[in-house]
Amino acid sequence: MSLEVIQPGVLSLLQDRGRFGSHRIGLTNGGPLDPEAFNYCHRLLANDPAGTAVEMSFGGAHFRAQVDTFICVTGADMPLTINGTQKPLWEVHPVAAGDEIQLDFADRGCRSYLGVAGGFSIEPTFGSTATVVRENIGGLSGDKLKAGDRLPCTETRDRKRLYLPHERRPHYQGMVTVRVIPGYQQNSFSRIEQRRFFSHAYSVSDRCDRMGYRLEGPAIRCDLEGILSEGICFGAIQVPADGQPIVLLNDRQTIGGYPKLGSALSLDAAKLTQLRPGDTVHFAPISPHAAHNALHLAHDVISRQPLELHP
Amino acid sequence: MELHSAGENALILYLGNETSPTVAAMVQSACTAIESALGQDLVDLVPSYASVLVVYDPLQTDHLSVGHRLRSALSDLSAAPDCEGHTVTLPVYYHTDVGADLEALAERASLSVNDVIALHSSVEYRVYAIGFAPGFAYLGQVDERIAAPRLATPRQKVPRGSVAIADRQTAVYPAVSPGGWNIIGRCPTRMFDPKATPVMPVTVGDKVRFEPISRERYLALGGETGGELA
Repeated sequence: MSLEVIQPGVLSLLQDRGRFGSHRIGLTNGGPLDPEAFNYCHRLLANDPAGTAVEMSFGGAHFRAQVDTFICVTGADMPLTINGTQKPLWEVHPVAAGDEIQLDFADRGCRSYLGVAGGFSIEPTFGSTATVVRENIGGLSGDKLKAGDRLPCTETRDRKRLYLPHERRPHYQGMVTVRVIPGYQQNSFSRIEQRRFFSHAYSVSDRCDRMGYRLEGPAIRCDLEGILSEGICFGAIQVPADGQPIVLLNDRQTIGGYPKLGSALSLDAAKLTQLRPGDTVHFAPISPHAAHNALHLAHDVISRQPLELHP
Repeated sequence: MELHSAGENALILYLGNETSPTVAAMVQSACTAIESALGQDLVDLVPSYASVLVVYDPLQTDHLSVGHRLRSALSDLSAAPDCEGHTVTLPVYYHTDVGADLEALAERASLSVNDVIALHSSVEYRVYAIGFAPGFAYLGQVDERIAAPRLATPRQKVPRGSVAIADRQTAVYPAVSPGGWNIIGRCPTRMFDPKATPVMPVTVGDKVRFEPISRERYLALGGETGGELA
């Protein structure tokens, strides 16, 4: 029993929360670029939050149900149809074997999550089902989804038709302020260079993917040319010789030798990954204490935000 | 010793600013100390040449608590004794057939190909870090006479098992990947096999020796020749 991939769209990947604890053998994290939308998807379906869903980038995907179950799509506004009938996102829908599930291209935002009741049943590799194509690890065979792939899931008849009311849904816009926890080689960037970084707008370049988002704007100079290779945490903002910052994301290399001036708050990195080339990014410093408060608050909102039930 | 913030879920510990066996031994002992100090609060650990990245879960603990525990655990840190870590011997077929840059590297160093092989295989290397790709182990230090800068244009496709040099580092490519290091031979030992236990033949802190082998021996050990170098 499964969901069959008819068309994978631009890029569709099986993802769970990510792979942790394997950096020492060189494995990166993977996992959803937008955990907020991913978590809501599982929560609406009453799934284990550690379950597996499909991350779709930009849209254009087509699936066929081969089992009676429930699905939910959250994230960027990719128009969803089931058997040609338009259906809202952020809402649980029943599907029957033979139903056609199609997602058109999003106008705003670019990552969405397709979840199924109970999650997809994928064998974990190094403790996770997260697909990292560069490492050829996770998912069905370490690769992005292809036409003809079958995503195993179980028959389900009891799911509530929950939805997240419109006013509580995230909205994806063309501009994001990324809060930055200063750290790493921050002190090797002069005050003027730091001020330049925090006071100018940057735009998303076309070199943006699951490894990192390369930005374009005023060049930032560092007093150091290179450093001894060291561990790179999620969100690290690396400044290579050309001075154009790169925000390193889920599929980043685990070590590297470029200076870094700190790391993006994950909540804002998630919003960054919903941007497209040409969209605008501002940076603002945040203390580690304030960052932790923001994380706790966001966690509470996502896990306790009331959901509504269709009568 | 310096402890810096790295991000919302990570601190980075600096134990020096150069590549040396002494600093590497400190990195080793720091990892052991950090593991026992943080226990379940430790999510991931990335030891490298002179630093250790410590990743924790900010919903379970916070940077003040982690920082405090790290400082007390590391206050009387001493270098791990040199006898720790295994010594692993990796066979290498050094030849222009599988070492596209072997001749150029020898020429650059004004040495014969045989001298390059002898110098590369006479040193006991230490695994300083693992990263870049799954199972990619950074080994050092390469004899200064055969140190060579990275290629100006990285190759699109370096065959699995390629043994290569970049500056004073050497490594065995664990899988086909792009790469800009100077390739001098090929190793038939799998450096990363998700189905094997252990997954890698080496870990950070281990010692590695390269043993020159003949083409016959290389093929007998399951080595392959060919593989496009675009």
